[in-house]
Amino acid sequence: MLRYALSRLVSLALSLLAASVVIFAVIEVIPGDPAAYMLGLNAAPETVAALREELGLTGSLWARYLDWVSGMLTGDFGLSYTYRVPVADLVVQRLGVSLPLAGYALALSTAIALPVGLWAAARRGGPVDLAVMGATQLGIAVPNFWFAMLLVLVFAVKLGWFSAGGFPGWEGGFLAGIKALTLPAVALALPQAAILARVMRSALIETLGQDYIRSARAKGLTQGQAIRRHALRNALIPVLTILGLQFSFLLAGAIIIENVFFLPGLGRLIFQAITQRDLIVVESVVMLLVFAVIVVTFVVDLAYAAVDPRLRRR
Amino acid sequence: MSGRAQLIVGGVLSGLFLLAAAVSLVWMPHDVAALNIADRLRPPGGPYPLGTDQFGRDMLSMLMVGARSSIAVALVAVGIGMGMGVPLGLLAAANRGGWLDEVVMRGNDLIFAFPALVIAILITAVLGPSAVNAILAIGIFNIPVFARVTRGGALSLWTLDYVLAARVAGKGRARISVEHILPNIANLLIVQGTIQFSLGILAEAGLSYVGLGAQPPTPSWGRMLAEAQTMIYTHPLLAVLPGLAIVLMVLGLNLMGDGLRDALDPRLRRAAR
Repeated sequence: MLRYALSRLVSLALSLLAASVVIFAVIEVIPGDPAAYMLGLNAAPETVAALREELGLTGSLWARYLDWVSGMLTGDFGLSYTYRVPVADLVVQRLGVSLPLAGYALALSTAIALPVGLWAAARRGGPVDLAVMGATQLGIAVPNFWFAMLLVLVFAVKLGWFSAGGFPGWEGGFLAGIKALTLPAVALALPQAAILARVMRSALIETLGQDYIRSARAKGLTQGQAIRRHALRNALIPVLTILGLQFSFLLAGAIIIENVFFLPGLGRLIFQAITQRDLIVVESVVMLLVFAVIVVTFVVDLAYAAVDPRLRRR
Repeated sequence: MSGRAQLIVGGVLSGLFLLAAAVSLVWMPHDVAALNIADRLRPPGGPYPLGTDQFGRDMLSMLMVGARSSIAVALVAVGIGMGMGVPLGLLAAANRGGWLDEVVMRGNDLIFAFPALVIAILITAVLGPSAVNAILAIGIFNIPVFARVTRGGALSLWTLDYVLAARVAGKGRARISVEHILPNIANLLIVQGTIQFSLGILAEAGLSYVGLGAQPPTPSWGRMLAEAQTMIYTHPLLAVLPGLAIVLMVLGLNLMGDGLRDALDPRLRRAAR
């Protein structure tokens, strides 16, 4: 296991290195002169020169890249050009919204999907199964931001149970914060839950067809006992993988959903940065998002190997 | 639903949208470029079967043109994914375990770490927003998907006797890949293509919704939803119709994909994706 973990760790480091090179190349090399790009066509040459100085664009590409990476490793993400504050501070502040939103959505979708998938698999072919399969087929086809708008229409406009958007900040109290994140989290969670429930159902059905389940039934366990004691644990392995793969969709979804509900999270930050051509913010936030995806993949790989020893030999 | 029923329902649903998009090239009920303030925000009925938007544009015509841009973006993105991913996958499988295989697969892992939205954000940040960015972002995202499916399918074929026979006959790896492997994974690629097509429609809608895709005045489903959002209190229909179009189109393609999977290869039959 240790050897496997080490080899995954090396590939994690290589992936991060490669991703950072790609992001750096796109942001700092493709536009030609990032300073001139950020300031637009009508900028005075002195202003551009000053910004070049501030961004450290006067050094060689290689030196700039090393500077950027070593800065990030020490928590220094540079200074946002539009906000005039350290990018790290902005990111930490916005993560206070994005992370709870993603966590809330993940918890909701898992809490919905696993029991539903289990229920459908246990009654395979019955009316419950058919209804679940139909509903999940629909759930996969619904774009989450449209679903979010429908939620606003029903629960904010018609019923008035929730506000249509905005975030009071955690200073306003935990419950107020959670309430503001509820509609966004539901919008994010349900399409995810549809996929997860399908995976759960098919994984459980496959497991229930295995010989060891038949043996368990033969020694006198009921279907329910066999599921609880033997099938569930084994069926969770593919579910775990999909959960990891879904993370990048959850992240992307959160970025879009934040815009539907005007939540001050990372998604809003990055879109404002794009319109303001604040490349420093874009570069760091994109690196952070990719970092998150790569690390989650790594953790899932390890978790997978911990559960299933066959995967450690490669 | 049986595989055949899925295929038929899905085919009819997505066929309707393809037809609407094709018809919009030669005929539309109303001109979508002309603003007609006198007829703004009309309810459905009369000359406007689905009503008009805040600029007096016919919703039906807008939805037809929207179908055109969604389908075009998703289709070209699938083309990019297949065009790059399939050769890479074949190459990796033909050199299984070699350095080429390793390079292709690690490259795939790298692209996998960039969700389509993040690619679109990167491209837009330096080149500005456009429909081409959306195509590129979704297309790049599709490459590793097709490369993996191709490699996986090809690897199992390389162990079969008829491939061995071809090798004994003196055919090279490249020729075997094209003549023997590719035709036998075509089914797999068609099914994956349908899935990526439907994911592409969803992704295009999301990108144009946040302003990273098609730019005004080009109508697209995502943009229509973004514009309708502020009027959801007074004219909810404007926000409901484009969303419904997306759902039906994607649902149709998903059903068709599942049906095709069953029809083309019963061995691939799965309870769920």
